[in-house]
Order: sequence, then structure tokens, then C-alpha cells
Amino acid sequence: MTDALVEVHGLVHHYGDAVALDGVSLSIAPGAYTVLLGPSGSGKTTLLSILGGFVVPTSGRVLIGGRDCTKLSPQARPTATVFQDYALFPHMTVESNVGFGLMMRKVERRQRRDRVAAALALVGLAGLAGKRPHQLSGGQRQRVALARALVVEPAVLLLDEPLGALDLKLRRQMQDELKALQHRVGTAFVHVTHDQEEAMALADHCVVMNRGRIEDDGPPERVYARPASRFTAAFMGDSTALEATVIDSMAGTVLASTSLGDFRVAADVPLGAPLLLSLRPEHLHLGEPRKALHLGDAEISSVVFQGSFRRVTARSLRDPAVLFEAKVPPGPAIAAGMRLALSCDPDDLIVTAR
Amino acid sequence: MTVPRPATILAYAYAAAIFGFIFLPVIVLGLFSLQASSLPVPPFTGPSLRWYQAVIGDPRLVSALLNSLAVALLSSLLSVMLGFLAAWGFARHVVPAARLLRGLIILPLAVSYLIIGMGLLVFFNQLGVPKSLSAAAIGHVVINLPLCFAIIYSQMGDHQVNIERAARDLGAGEWQVMLLVTAPMLWPAIFAAFFLSMTFSWDEFIIAFLLTRFDTTLPVEIWNLLRSGLSPKTNAAGSLVFIVSILLAIIAELVLFRRRS
Repeated sequence: MTDALVEVHGLVHHYGDAVALDGVSLSIAPGAYTVLLGPSGSGKTTLLSILGGFVVPTSGRVLIGGRDCTKLSPQARPTATVFQDYALFPHMTVESNVGFGLMMRKVERRQRRDRVAAALALVGLAGLAGKRPHQLSGGQRQRVALARALVVEPAVLLLDEPLGALDLKLRRQMQDELKALQHRVGTAFVHVTHDQEEAMALADHCVVMNRGRIEDDGPPERVYARPASRFTAAFMGDSTALEATVIDSMAGTVLASTSLGDFRVAADVPLGAPLLLSLRPEHLHLGEPRKALHLGDAEISSVVFQGSFRRVTARSLRDPAVLFEAKVPPGPAIAAGMRLALSCDPDDLIVTAR
Repeated sequence: MTVPRPATILAYAYAAAIFGFIFLPVIVLGLFSLQASSLPVPPFTGPSLRWYQAVIGDPRLVSALLNSLAVALLSSLLSVMLGFLAAWGFARHVVPAARLLRGLIILPLAVSYLIIGMGLLVFFNQLGVPKSLSAAAIGHVVINLPLCFAIIYSQMGDHQVNIERAARDLGAGEWQVMLLVTAPMLWPAIFAAFFLSMTFSWDEFIIAFLLTRFDTTLPVEIWNLLRSGLSPKTNAAGSLVFIVSILLAIIAELVLFRRRS
């Protein structure tokens, strides 16, 4: 990608002895919604802080719009940040909060007022210009923080777990609004979260991080369906995991030996290499084996009603160490203690080599 | 109605005694400032405002009063500014041996005014700085800076760090962050520190006595009056000092406690 808006090369960052980033390279396209996803301590927030200029990396480079910004202070770079706790100025009105960045840029008063009004309208807060932050709800504060960052027209908008402080319902609603907003303004958004559902809902480009490294990055559909690593496979959603060894390899397919049997899967790895086969709950079929890949019989150990589906766990009779997780639509009677055949589509098997 | 238990009566008596000891001298001072005759001793012959008129008509006392105000204002402004900057430094930057240095800043609170005044007198003598109101103001900065630092530093928490970051992110330089964001967020603490400093400077005697000569502050002038014997005029001047102190203290408390409740 030569026309990347943000390019990050070989970022390494240490906090004392702790390694927060361990060689991260990434490029972000203009106009894309990028989500940095990972557990706490994965380095995602450090990466965002480096992009924002709050942290200078131990080594590595950050280019924004082709310009080296590695050591540039926050006020000098074309980024704006929406902080996790919003960090609104408590002593200023909503209007002054949003206008602050324009005032710092010496935008003339009348023009400033117009642009603030437009930004507030954009986030749906047109009537609240005169309020102070403590008079607003969590969702409204969030929008003020968004408007305050967007009004200065940054090249990249950085969002540090922006939905973390909201309750679930509001979080889902703000998710949709964020996505729509990004679409409308066309600014590149970089959003940090540990919630993989949030990541999948928002991202054009999903970057999975773990222990200071990028595990996988790409479109969320691909990252979910064809994760590049074991960590990504496990982090992107529940799955049943099967350890396997390659016992035969030829032209893009291998024969993987597992405790449930030998399966032919698409992979390009040498003989004897370890593999992990994972299966998403929604791809597991219970009962009469209608799918091509038979996984043997299993005894149902629990059935949990979840509204639109049931979460079923079942222990394999071929290898009691294997616990299947399945998502079953409501309907056929399934109860703990029943023994059922399990099958899946071979294409749905997720194969990860590392 | 139940008969109060002896312990309760004792507790009330004790409280009355405490408040009596604290406020009786002030009440006596105030009462005899309204004396009509020329000796501030019983019996009370007032009320009369003639001694207040005498104070206002005395150019020495009036100029001392204005001097006191100027010294209080100037030294408090300086103390608050320096205290704020010191608090900013300790709260926002990594300072080597921070604990020790913080302790050293606060230490003058524990040193007697007499020692501070004498120390400054000797030091100014060495430097050839003459005794003056400015010297007294510097002395008052020495006693008030620790207080201002302690009050402002205690209110400068980590929760403001992100807000300051946001300001920088939006293009504010370091001075703009301080003036437009940090100081306004801390204004109750800054105000309280300022008014407490005013109070302490306003009725401070020893340092002003040691470091001023011809132009002097009101407490020193009152002491000069006292040397020529008791007069209700002294009471009136003292009452004025007290009333201003109380007003400043009330303002400081209102500012501090209104925020907290």
C-alpha cells in the first residue's frame, strides 16, 4: 500500500523493563475505520498513544501523511484524540469545549462559532451548546468529546476505548453512530477496544494485538473466518479447539491427525508440523450427520437458553478431553445426557499453524 | 422535660469555657473600641464611634493600613503564583528526590516567624537590602508559599492529567494549558490559598516588625501605639484588623467548602 495515510515501522516501546510494543509495523489507509483489538497489556493503547504523540517510542518510526511524526508533540501533529474518560474541560461550556481547538488555531470568532455549531449538529447535540459537562449524560459527553476532536479536522481521529464507560445498550447504539459518523466525515478513525464484537461491528480494518505484537490484521470477516494465528482464532470468538499433527502433505492440502480422527484440510505446512483446528459454535451440527466432516458422537453436558439460540456444550466420546461448544437454534429437544452425532462442513474448519 | 445529666451539664460548661477563652479577648477588644471615655477599662461608657474616627483621621494609621493591604496583596499574589508553579512541577513532572524537596518546601510552616524574620534580617543585611515594605512582603512570601503549595498541590490530582493532555492534543502550548485549563480547574484551591495568605500577611507582626523601618504595616503601627499606653484608639485599630481578617477567612472557607458540599 503506497498511498497509506499512516505508516508505522518497527515500533518498539519499553516501560522500564516491561516491553509494551515489540516490533509493530502497520499501515492505515485514508478514510478507513481501523480497530486495534487485544486484551489488556497487548500494547494497543501504547500504540494509540504513540500515534497521538503522548508517548515517544523507544525505537521505530511513525509517518502520517508521509511526514515523520515520531517525535512530534501532540499539538503539532494532525491527529486528535477522544479519551476514554472524555477529558472534557469541566469549567467550560459545551460550546467552549468544542471551540477550544479552533481557538488554539486562532480561528476568528464568528467562523469558530459556525464551525462549533456544525460539529455539534453533526453529533446531534445542537441544543446543548450552553451546558456544562457535569450537566450531561455519559452518552452526551461522549458526543461532545467526538465533536471537540472532529472540529479541528484531524487527518486521523484516535479513539481510546471510547465506549468503555457506557452501558451495553448505549454502547451498541453509539457503535452504530460512530460508524455512520465516520462514513459521513470520511476521516480515518483508529479505535482501541478489547471487545471483539465492537471491533467486528465497526472495523474496515481489524488489527489484533497480543503481547506487543500484531497477531493478525485485515478485514474483520477474514480475521474472524480465517484467523492467522491461534491467539486470533481464540480471541475473535468461542471455538472448539483440536490439536493436530500433519501426517501427509501435498499441494496445498494436508492430512491432519487429531484425537477425533484424520481430516483432510487446506493448509500449506510441512509434514509433522503441529496444527490447530478450530470450529466456531455456529458451524457445528448436532444430530443426524448431514455435514461432510464427521466428528463422532458426543454426550451433551449442558444446554443454556440464550434467547435466539441455545449454547450447548458436549463432551466427545472419542476423546473425553475434547469439549465441543455449539450454538443451536431453538427447536429440537436437546437435553443434558443425550448422545448425538456431531458434524461440520470441512470449509468451516479454521486451520492455524502458529 | 428530663433533667439533664451532670455529665451533659459539664460538657456544656466545658464548651462554654473553651469558646469563652477563645473569643472573650476579642469581645473585650471590640467592646472597648466603642468606649466613649479615653481609657479602655470598665465601666463601659459607650457606644461611641469617636475612636474609629480618630483612627481614620490619623494619617500614620491610615497609611499603615494601606501599606498592610499592599503587602498582603503583593505577597499573596506571589505566594499563590509560586505555590501553583511548584505544585505543577511536582504533580506533572518527574522530579529527582521529589519527597525530600516537597518536604523542604513545606518545612517553613513549622519554623517560627521569629526565626524566619531574624534569618531574613541577617541575610538582607549581608546583601545590603534595606529594611522596607518589599522586604516584609518577601518575608510573607516565605511563610505563605508553603501553605499555598500545600493547598494547591493537594487538589492537583491525576484526573486532571488527561484533561491537560486533551488541551495539548487540541493545540495548546504549555502556558496555555496552565492558564486556560489547569488554573481554572483549580480555582477554588487557588482562591482559598490566596485569601488564607492575605489573612496571614494582614495580621503578621514579627516579620513586618523586623524587616520594615519608616513605612510600616498596621500591626507594627498598633504596637507603636501600645507603647504610649492604653487607649480605645488602639482597640479600634485592632478591631479593624480583626474584622478584615475574619472577612478574608470567611471568604476562604466559603470558597473551599462550597466546592466540597
